[in-house]
Amino acid sequence: MSKIPLQFRHNGRDVAIFVDGGTNLLVALRELIGDMTPKFGCGQGGCGTCSVLIDGELHLSCLTLAETVAGRSIETLDGMKQGPNLHPLQRAFADNFAAQCGYCTPGMLMAAKALLDRNPSPTRDEVIEAISGNICRCTGYEPIINAILAAAGGRASA
Amino acid sequence: MTRHRGRGIASINYPIGMNLGGDPSQALVHSNPSGKFTVALSSIDLGQGMKSVTRQICAETLGVPVEDVYVDTADSDTGPHCMGSFASRGTHRVGNAVMAAAREARGVMMEAAAEELEVNAADLETDGRGNIHVKGAPHRSISTKDVAIAAQFRQGKTISGRGIFLVPLSNVDPETGEMSPATCYAHACLVAEVDVDDETGEVAMVRMDSAYELGRALNPRLVEQQLVGGAWMGVSHALYETPEPYYPEPIHGPRDFVEYLMPGPGDICPHDIAVLERPAPDGPFGAKGPGEMCANPVLPAVANAIFNAVGVRIDDLPITPEKVLRAIRAQGGARPQARR
Repeated sequence: MSKIPLQFRHNGRDVAIFVDGGTNLLVALRELIGDMTPKFGCGQGGCGTCSVLIDGELHLSCLTLAETVAGRSIETLDGMKQGPNLHPLQRAFADNFAAQCGYCTPGMLMAAKALLDRNPSPTRDEVIEAISGNICRCTGYEPIINAILAAAGGRASA
Repeated sequence: MTRHRGRGIASINYPIGMNLGGDPSQALVHSNPSGKFTVALSSIDLGQGMKSVTRQICAETLGVPVEDVYVDTADSDTGPHCMGSFASRGTHRVGNAVMAAAREARGVMMEAAAEELEVNAADLETDGRGNIHVKGAPHRSISTKDVAIAAQFRQGKTISGRGIFLVPLSNVDPETGEMSPATCYAHACLVAEVDVDDETGEVAMVRMDSAYELGRALNPRLVEQQLVGGAWMGVSHALYETPEPYYPEPIHGPRDFVEYLMPGPGDICPHDIAVLERPAPDGPFGAKGPGEMCANPVLPAVANAIFNAVGVRIDDLPITPEKVLRAIRAQGGARPQARR
């Protein structure tokens, strides 16, 4: 099978890779670029842990053909930290104990970032709506919702 | 269509650990030449916080800052034996093993410090900030780092300790039928409030109020986190999760996360938790451990709440809308019980 050359921006950095036709973005990110922050959960869009931002919009990387992101800008959890400083969302997740096993956390953080980027002061219902495509097994969601609201400067619950 | 509000209560008496051939866990603690300590375990942290709790237990027992302890888990090749992270046994069994190992390591550390300070080890105490000094004379002091260096390079001692905690197998007495399958019990009570739709059979959680007695909460935030999350596993077992919801054909069962029902962020309800601390005599610093008990009282409480709401008693989990609806129809309609 012939490889397809592919260029896009990955967390603000230009990357160029060769992918097989049909490769999904999750595999491209993890296996070709080495960004292990988007996780493989179900591989069919049911769990949300592979979530990434494409041109600022939340997408499931397991359901996105890698070829379709040519020339576009991909943000993953790997690019969220600002130098040595945690992103306010990451800090809020830590302060609010919003992670246990941590497997859903990358997807939750990306979904939360997508929300706060377009709506800096969401209501509780808007937060619930924003993460409703993401499954968490450990936390019961409550600490995650509280963390996102805290990061937004809303109702903190630390 | 009517939505009926119902309230149910359940209390549990929960044994910590298990009784299958004895229940042991081991731990090894050793100091590095830097004065930091490593705890070697083969126990697994699944996200419940066992690494944090064993780290606290080790640091407290050694008398050193928690930052100076590193917990290395989950390698059964290099770590000492552990039965595993289940049956709510982690904090209690592994914690006790870590405590024993840390106590032995502390003994060697104090001996090594005594040799350096030329005093009797019994006259020394730790300050919890990384120093060991003579009781009543804080200026006669040496850092744990300097003790570790001295032990390693001058005295030729390993500052280390071994720990095991074993709850032996309790056989059934053939004469009386008596046994002691557990050494300590945790307790919980949970009140669940639900809305049951008598047209669709759907059950929606309205709120939960609970009290958990789990020995001393060694890390209160971790305990709370586990209780909040674990209650939702209980709700999930009560109302949603099963590999075969659409009986009688297993082929209609879920195959993946898309079809396997679990609560989403929109399904949760307020949950007020009270933690009661009654230290366990044989627990590490009095701890028992929340573990599986987080989920256990939720199932009967939800089943009772459904009975209270519409008068149907469902004893088959999960309590799917289909089961609720069939039961309501079988009794000729919803029969709300007296509000409790």
